[in-house]
Amino acid sequence: MKKVEAIIKPFKLDSVKQGLTALGITGLTVTEVKGFGRQRGHREVYRGAEYQVDFVAKTKIEVVMEDGLVPEAVKVIQEKAITGQIGDGKIFVIPVENAIRIRTGETGKDAI
Amino acid sequence: MNTGDTAFVLVSAALVMLMTPGLALFYGGMVRAKNVLGTIMQSFILLGLISLQWLLWGYSMAFGPDKLGIIGGLEWIGLRGVGMEPHAVYGPTIPHQVFMIFQCMFAVITPALITGAFAERMRFGPFLIFSLLWATFVYNPLVHWIWGNGGWLARLGALDFAGGVPVHLSSGVAAVSAAIIMGKRRGYGTEDLKPHNLPMTILGAGLLWFGWFGFNAGSALSASSLAGSAFVATHIAGTTGALAWIAMEWKFIGKATTLGAASGAVAGLATVTPASGFVGPLSAALIGVAAGASCYMGIKMKNRFGYDDSLDVVGIHGVGGVIGLLAAGLFASKAVNPAGADGLFFGNASQLGIQTIAILATILYVFAVSFVLLKIVDKVFGLRVPDHDEVSGLDLTQHDETAYTSQ
Repeated sequence: MKKVEAIIKPFKLDSVKQGLTALGITGLTVTEVKGFGRQRGHREVYRGAEYQVDFVAKTKIEVVMEDGLVPEAVKVIQEKAITGQIGDGKIFVIPVENAIRIRTGETGKDAI
Repeated sequence: MNTGDTAFVLVSAALVMLMTPGLALFYGGMVRAKNVLGTIMQSFILLGLISLQWLLWGYSMAFGPDKLGIIGGLEWIGLRGVGMEPHAVYGPTIPHQVFMIFQCMFAVITPALITGAFAERMRFGPFLIFSLLWATFVYNPLVHWIWGNGGWLARLGALDFAGGVPVHLSSGVAAVSAAIIMGKRRGYGTEDLKPHNLPMTILGAGLLWFGWFGFNAGSALSASSLAGSAFVATHIAGTTGALAWIAMEWKFIGKATTLGAASGAVAGLATVTPASGFVGPLSAALIGVAAGASCYMGIKMKNRFGYDDSLDVVGIHGVGGVIGLLAAGLFASKAVNPAGADGLFFGNASQLGIQTIAILATILYVFAVSFVLLKIVDKVFGLRVPDHDEVSGLDLTQHDETAYTSQ
């Protein structure tokens, strides 16, 4: 099992979700995050006080899936999330030791 | 007694009352989320505290029988003698208690204005004590000077239709004392002290604008053409204040901001307040422009002087109060209000001198007494929250509450 973690631009969430569900993925978790990479932040001004905000709002998607699905999932995420502008995000693939379904106690691939 | 006048002043009193929760929201949106309830509470609670003070001794000190031109006596303590018969001078066509309750709302909002200067760092108990003392020893006498029957500024002929002296200039000057004594917020200049909810601030500004019609037009104490002209002057100054402020922003930072529009409107409304019942619409428009531009510059200057007047009470109410009182000395016209006077632009240069005396007397008295009161309360009780409480925020440390809970 692997966890695919993708940090994407927030407005791309729907598109990525549709792509993943079309592949047969049945669950995912979404978090609102902020961060920076090469994309620069922005300026905010409040009554003359200027703030340089380095962090940019992003959305993180986490999906746990069987190893076999990973290459296609990564490809779909990249295709759906890309805009070509700096700040499109990153995808990480992380090994998962186990998964347990809380309601039934099922483990392993029966849990995802 | 006139039923139209009475109805109008009652409604105006309600409008001015709404300005205090409006101010609470205006300020609340500008502080960080961890301090929003503490900030709102500082305004909201004064509805209770200062109204009670007003009923018990405040009204008597402010408007009671004159003593030496500087204070009212305590003959009306607990509103003794303040009944429904109109007072010959204070609203001759409305019940005396209606005049009293209208004025009560002014007394409430004035100490609330000052809270912007020490936002995010004052302990709640000492705040209550300071506000009560300030209302008693600063607000009440000031009101007597300018509006009391026999008050020395009134006798001098100073023009202040709805509260440049006792409300805006006084809170602005008190804010200077407070900023000096309280010191800067932790992280000022280095940390993120951005507003957390500007929609709340704009809502507050809208409520303030609405209420200001009661504040200024209601001060005519009659449902009359004078109320009408004060209403018009108020509205126009608000609009040109907002436009002038965002024009300045566009010039200096290249963008117009919503906070700027709201702040400019409030600056215009505050500045026109002393002049509102004495000037015509075009004068009011110019006053608004002066307010928007000057108050914007005033806030830019704040950083040069190095004090943390967190929500710009000095820049908006202090600067606005001075400009508004001077504007009354320039633009007042007996054609608008025969009971007023003419200003410089209408052939009477001396009015400007009288307004200047009022301004200087207010600045000196308010600064000195506010400074002393703050020092005393600080020495006896301690004004500022300890460092770790300031980090955790007022909501949790002063009130055991959180404004925004996640599920």
